[in-house]
Amino acid sequence: MTTPSQRRKPPLGIVTRPGSSLRNKTGSWGILRPVFDCDKCTGCNTCESICPEGCIRHLEKKRYEADIEFCKGCGLCAAACPASAITMVEEHR
Amino acid sequence: MRKMIEGSRAVAEAVGLCRPDVISAYPITPQTHIVEELSQMVADGDIEAEYVRVESEHSAASVCLGAVAAGSRAYSATTSQGMLLMIEVLYNIAGMRLPMVITGVNRAVSAPLNIWNDQQDTLAVRDAGWIQLYGESSQECLDMHIQAYRIAEDDRVLLPVMVCMDGFILTHTYETVDVPTQEQVDTFLPPYNPLFKLDPADPITLGAYAGPELYHEVRYTMHREALGAKEVVKEVARQFRDAFGRWSGDVVEPYRCEDAQTIFVAMGSVVGTLKEWVDAARARGEKVGALKLRCYRPFPQEELREALSGARQVNVLEKAVSIGAQGVVTPEVRAALYGQASQPRVACAVVGLGGRDVTFGTMDEVLSRAREGETDFFAGLRAEVLEES
Amino acid sequence: MTAAVEAAEFDYEIARGLLPGHRACAGCGQASAVRLVMETVGPNCIVANATGCLEVFSTPHPESAWGVPWIHSLFENHPAVASGIEAALRKQGKLDQIRVLAFGGDGATLDIGFGALSGMFERGHDVLYVCMDNEAYMNTGVQRSSSTPFAASTTTSPAGKQAFGEDRPKKDLPAIAAAHGIPYVATASMAYFADIRRKVKKALDTRGPKYLQIHVPCPPGWGYDENASLEVGKLAVETGIYPLVEWEYGKVTRVRKIKKVPVEDYLKVQRRFRHLFRGEAGKAVIERIQELADENIQKYGLMA
Repeated sequence: MTTPSQRRKPPLGIVTRPGSSLRNKTGSWGILRPVFDCDKCTGCNTCESICPEGCIRHLEKKRYEADIEFCKGCGLCAAACPASAITMVEEHR
Repeated sequence: MRKMIEGSRAVAEAVGLCRPDVISAYPITPQTHIVEELSQMVADGDIEAEYVRVESEHSAASVCLGAVAAGSRAYSATTSQGMLLMIEVLYNIAGMRLPMVITGVNRAVSAPLNIWNDQQDTLAVRDAGWIQLYGESSQECLDMHIQAYRIAEDDRVLLPVMVCMDGFILTHTYETVDVPTQEQVDTFLPPYNPLFKLDPADPITLGAYAGPELYHEVRYTMHREALGAKEVVKEVARQFRDAFGRWSGDVVEPYRCEDAQTIFVAMGSVVGTLKEWVDAARARGEKVGALKLRCYRPFPQEELREALSGARQVNVLEKAVSIGAQGVVTPEVRAALYGQASQPRVACAVVGLGGRDVTFGTMDEVLSRAREGETDFFAGLRAEVLEES
Repeated sequence: MTAAVEAAEFDYEIARGLLPGHRACAGCGQASAVRLVMETVGPNCIVANATGCLEVFSTPHPESAWGVPWIHSLFENHPAVASGIEAALRKQGKLDQIRVLAFGGDGATLDIGFGALSGMFERGHDVLYVCMDNEAYMNTGVQRSSSTPFAASTTTSPAGKQAFGEDRPKKDLPAIAAAHGIPYVATASMAYFADIRRKVKKALDTRGPKYLQIHVPCPPGWGYDENASLEVGKLAVETGIYPLVEWEYGKVTRVRKIKKVPVEDYLKVQRRFRHLFRGEAGKAVIERIQELADENIQKYGLMA
C-alpha cells in the first residue's frame, strides 16, 4: 500500500489547505486601529472573545494587542470593553 | 455459488459483498426490493453497515457524500423522480471527486407519472460526471457493482459510478446468477483507502468555491480524467475476468457485426431481446448485427467507430427522448462517426417508453422504416391510442 | 507545507477553528459567534457547512479560514451531509472522539434545508446544528427568509408606498426543533458570548441531535455602524424580541431573564425598521411588534 505522498495529489481545486486564509492580510481594509490602555484593562478577555477576526492576542494578564495585519478596524472590541480601555484611532497606511 | 434469485436480490448481495460502511436509502418503485433486501441483511447481521433511512433522495445522496468525505464506503440506489430530485447532489459528488456507487434503476419520468421501465432518468444525468454502466442481465448488474467500486476508487478516476439496471425487467425477474464468495470479492476489492478525507488528524477544507480564474480549469481536469477512466473501466473488466472467470463486458460488445450491413445499437436489457432478433433476422437472410453499449459515460467514441464503420446503416434503439430534439444516445453515435471516410447512415428509433414492450415486431419496424429512409422516429406507436387525442 | 507549519509562520494555532484572513464584513456578528463556538468545540471535530455568508467568506479557493476538517456541499443538504459523516464515524468507531457539527444560516435552516434538518433530528444523529440567524438571505443581498422578523425591510419584502416590509411573523424554528423531542435546543445571541460558550458546552455534553440558534446582527443587512453589533444584539434580547431559551427533550428548562426595554429602542437604530418611524401607519406596526415581544415575555416568563 502506498503512503499518501507516493500517490497522486488530489485533483485541481478539490482540497483547500487549512489556514491558507492567513495569506490574506485583511488589515488593509480599515483605517481605524484599537489602542489598548493597560492601566484600565481588567484582563476580562471580552475583546479577544468578541473580535470577528480572532486577531486580538492576549500577551500578558492585562495586556492585549491587535494584529494589525488582520484587524479590519470594526471597533467591536472598543465598544465591548467593559472598562473602556480601548480607543479606536485613525491610522492611515 | 449459483442461485436463482430476483435481480434486486442479486444486486443487494453484490453490494453486501463490497462491504459498504454506510447505506442510505429512500424507497421508490422499482428500486424498493434492493434497499429492502439490504435492510434485512443489515438487520440479520449479514452486512455490517450503518443504514440511514433518509427523508428524501436528495438526502440519500447527501448522506453518501458525507460518508465518503469522512473516509467510508457508501451506497445508495434510486430511480426516476428520485434520480431527478438528487441531480444537484450527483453533480456535487462528482465535482468533489468522491467515489461511490449508486444503482440507477431505470424508470420513466413524470409527467405523466409512470413507474415502468425506460432510460430517461439516468440519461438525464449524463452530464453530471458520473461513470455510467448499463447492464443487460442480472448477472451483469451483479458483476458491475463489484467492478464499480474498483473503478470509482482508483486514483486515476476518483469519480462516482452509476450502475444502470432496467426497472422491473431486471429488478423484478428471476435469473440464475453466480454470486461470488466474500473471499473472492475481498481479494478483488480492497478496503476503501481515501486519497483525501475529513479527519482532525490532518484537517482539510472540501467544497471551497472557485472563481472564474479557476473553475474552467477544474472542470477541464475533471473531464480529462473522466475520459481517461475509460481505460480503467476496460482494465477492471479484464481483471474481473481473471479473478472471477467470467467476462461481463467491455465498453462496447458487438454481436454478429463482422459482416453486418445494418447494426442496431442499444443499452441495457433490451440487448438480450435484440440478440435473439438478430439471430432470427439472420435466419431470414438479413445481414444484421447488434452493438451493446455497456459503458455510456465516458462515451467510447473510438470503440464505437471501430465497431460501426463497416456497416451501411446504424439503427439506435433509444429508451429515451430529448423532447424537442429526439435522440439522446443517437447524436453521440452520429458525432462519433462524423467525418469518417465511409459513414453509415444513422437512424434514431425511440422505443419502449414508460414500459412499452420492445418486441421482435418493434425491431422489424425499425429495420424497415430506417431502410425506407426515415432518420428520426418513434417505433411501436399505437394508432388507436393516438386517434383518441 | 503542512497546516501546522503554515500556521506557525503566522503565529496562529491552526486548531482554533476559524482563523483570520477571512472576508467577512468588518463587525460581522456571525464571524464573532462562529469563533466562539469553535473555540469551545476544539480541534476534534468535523464541520458540514451550508452555502451562505460563512461559507463564502471563509473559503475562496485556494484560501480557507478553517483550521478544522470542513466540508461545504450545497445550500440545503448540510444536515444530511452531517448525518453521513456521523454514520461514517460511528462505523469507524470514532464518534466518541470526533464531534460532528452542521452550520447554516437562517435561509439554509428554516427554508431550503428544513426537510433535511427535520430528518436529521428525527433519526437521532449525534450532531450539533448551529444556525447563524441574521434574519435574511444576507449573502445574496438581504432577501427575506422565513426568519425575517415582522415589519423588517428586505430586498424582497421592502417597505414601500403600499407595504411596510415583511408581513409575516418570524418562523419559530426552535419550537419546531423542540417538538422533535431532541435532547437540547437553545437560542443564543452573539451579544452574550459567555452564554454561547455555556450552551455549546452543554450541547456537547449530550449525545444526539442538538440545535443552537444564534442571533447574529449584520451591519450591512440591518443597517447600522459596524461597531454596534453588540449593542444591537443586546437590545434584541432585552426587548423580548429575541428570547434566550433552552429546551430539553421538548420542555423549556431555562430562560434568560430580561429587564425589558421598549421595542422602539431596538427598532430605531436599524435602517431596516426606519420606515416605521415615518408617520402614523408605522406607529400601529410598532405597537404590533411590542405585542409580539410581550407575547414572548409572557410565554417564556422572561421578566426578572
